[in-house]
Amino acid sequence: MEETYAIEVEHISKRFKIYPDKGHEIKDYVTSSRRRKHENREVLKDVSFKVKKGEAIGLIGHNGCGKSTTLKLLSKIMYPDGGTITMRGRVSSLIELGAGFHPDMSGRENIYINASIFGLTKKEIDRRLDDIIAFSELEEFIDNPVRTYSSGMYMRLAFAVAINVDADILLIDEILAVGDVNFQAKCFNRLREIKAEGTTIVIVSHSMSQIEQICERSIWIHEGLVREEGAPTAVDEHYLDYMGRINNQVKPGEKKSKGREPGGLTGTGSKKETTGNAVNKSTAGKNPEKNTEGSADGRSTRITRVCLCNQDGQEKSRFRCGEPVRLCIEYRADLSELDNPLIGLKFIRNDALVCYGTNTEREQIKNIPFHEKGTLCCNIEKLNLAPGEYWIDVAIRNYDMTVLDYAEKSCCFQMYSTVNEIGVARLDHTWEFED
Amino acid sequence: MKKFSEIYHYRTMIASLIKRDLRGRYKGSVLGFAWTFLNPLLQLLVYTMVFSTIMRAGIEDYYLFLFVALIPWIFFSSSLTGGASCIWAQKEMVKKIYFPREVLPISHVTCQLVNMLLSFIIVFAALLISGKGVKVTILCYLIPVILVEYLLAIGIAFISSSLTVYFRDLEHILGIVSMAWQFLTPVMYSVDMVPESVMPIFMLNPMTPIITAYRDVLYYHQAPQLSTLGHAFGLGIVFLLFGWFLFGRLERHFAEEL
Repeated sequence: MEETYAIEVEHISKRFKIYPDKGHEIKDYVTSSRRRKHENREVLKDVSFKVKKGEAIGLIGHNGCGKSTTLKLLSKIMYPDGGTITMRGRVSSLIELGAGFHPDMSGRENIYINASIFGLTKKEIDRRLDDIIAFSELEEFIDNPVRTYSSGMYMRLAFAVAINVDADILLIDEILAVGDVNFQAKCFNRLREIKAEGTTIVIVSHSMSQIEQICERSIWIHEGLVREEGAPTAVDEHYLDYMGRINNQVKPGEKKSKGREPGGLTGTGSKKETTGNAVNKSTAGKNPEKNTEGSADGRSTRITRVCLCNQDGQEKSRFRCGEPVRLCIEYRADLSELDNPLIGLKFIRNDALVCYGTNTEREQIKNIPFHEKGTLCCNIEKLNLAPGEYWIDVAIRNYDMTVLDYAEKSCCFQMYSTVNEIGVARLDHTWEFED
Repeated sequence: MKKFSEIYHYRTMIASLIKRDLRGRYKGSVLGFAWTFLNPLLQLLVYTMVFSTIMRAGIEDYYLFLFVALIPWIFFSSSLTGGASCIWAQKEMVKKIYFPREVLPISHVTCQLVNMLLSFIIVFAALLISGKGVKVTILCYLIPVILVEYLLAIGIAFISSSLTVYFRDLEHILGIVSMAWQFLTPVMYSVDMVPESVMPIFMLNPMTPIITAYRDVLYYHQAPQLSTLGHAFGLGIVFLLFGWFLFGRLERHFAEEL
């Protein structure tokens, strides 16, 4: 029964000694013993998981959470301080590409060196040589010295060797971003083949879509513990949500530094908007200072907070393409300033493309009730923006277009999708085929 | 034992690292691989010039007397000093890829061994041309002597390479140690010149019986004494086991220390 597990990790822990100033010299050991105080950082506290034979799992978590350390422990590059790791079968780790490449030697010779470092014998390499060369697409150049290769060719060769090392257990660390789009797709297909052959795979990646495509299970490692494990779509979403929240906490500082970025709607720009089309004007924005003046010119009407919520009313900053979303705008208003106010929205992608803009006036909505303090909501039935990073600009203006408050980048959010679509937004569609 | 079979499994890696080292070293130089032979040849020329015209030692064909000991000594000292940096030099690999770490010192030492064997071609040529000659029946004694030195060198490289990961200064200290060690080994002089009183300490040096054996075979054309060989073998094994044990202990934290 136990034999069905390829990997069993039980309660492993790992500490690192962190020296403020790492010295490898004997003099440091002798002369400055006081200075060599170190702190023990516990990277992994108590991590346990099991991986079945032929299963693929993804390790996710933010930088420094211990996922790469876990992979290094699995590959025996490091040893845990506590707990046990059982690996059944031959392990191969694709953590470093092109190890041992010598620039002056030919591609063919380097294949031998590199593959031998992965533990292949000469016979095994001989057998795979043609596959490796074919995979790398470097047939013409294979006898040229590697130093004449472009960096793309170099990586292709390195990856071709790595992916053709067959093993019972394959450990992969963030290396699938190699070469051009076609080559990446090829690597990915090869990985699927490997998986179909019954190889157990552990992937560390920041690309959720990669993990979702290959893995049956995600394990989210957080501060040295397994925070959640389960189906990738579920775990990844929780993880992305969490990351989004952290992101939001950092935003205020970031906002300042990005204040001069072009693309935001400016005071002048919004005035002209009376006649123009919102989308056209967005790129004409050039005067952010005026914008701040506009909202700080003694008026006390303020947009205090803008946030996006999901169906259940939970505030989130990551949404799946097509999810229903509710945009909430909290404000504080000086009623004497208001004169038939209107509300404007703009969804802007992080490369300053205005994806969608509207305001209540355009939509013929009049007499919006305002209070001294309150929340305005906009329900979006389906947020169909394509995967990417976006922000929302919100403006409250009087009927005569004087700006009461303009909240630039008031709310940042990210979109993800389980379908690999391209473009700006999803057009809702169905397919129809003849029988 | 498990470790041993694993290292055996990685024999292709050892071979290709050696090949890379040998071929890579002189790549780009005009004379290329010929330097492997030119180096000892030019050294021999210098020694011949210095010792047969300027510094006349009281030993017949002193340059040959020195040369047959110097080539094995260079093998040993480069295993010691070069071995020290062999893990450090590959730290990216050690940090990122699993392989039995023993592979690195073993391939370094083996590479030095190959260099020595190639240099021996020059040694034989020099012996023949100078009229000193070689005695073929005696030459077979060279094999156990080389093997014993190889084992010793691996043991030493295990020690120096693993300690250097933890104390980087060792790399520089070993340069001096190796020089002092050379003077404490009968490379430039005969073991007969060593005073009787310090002889017991002198014989603790594992290189003493090895160099003596080389010189017996190549210079005096006589079979080395069994006691000399046994002595060398014993010390070689002691160093090898100690090195193996130490390396096994220290390698667990290589990836963190580098």
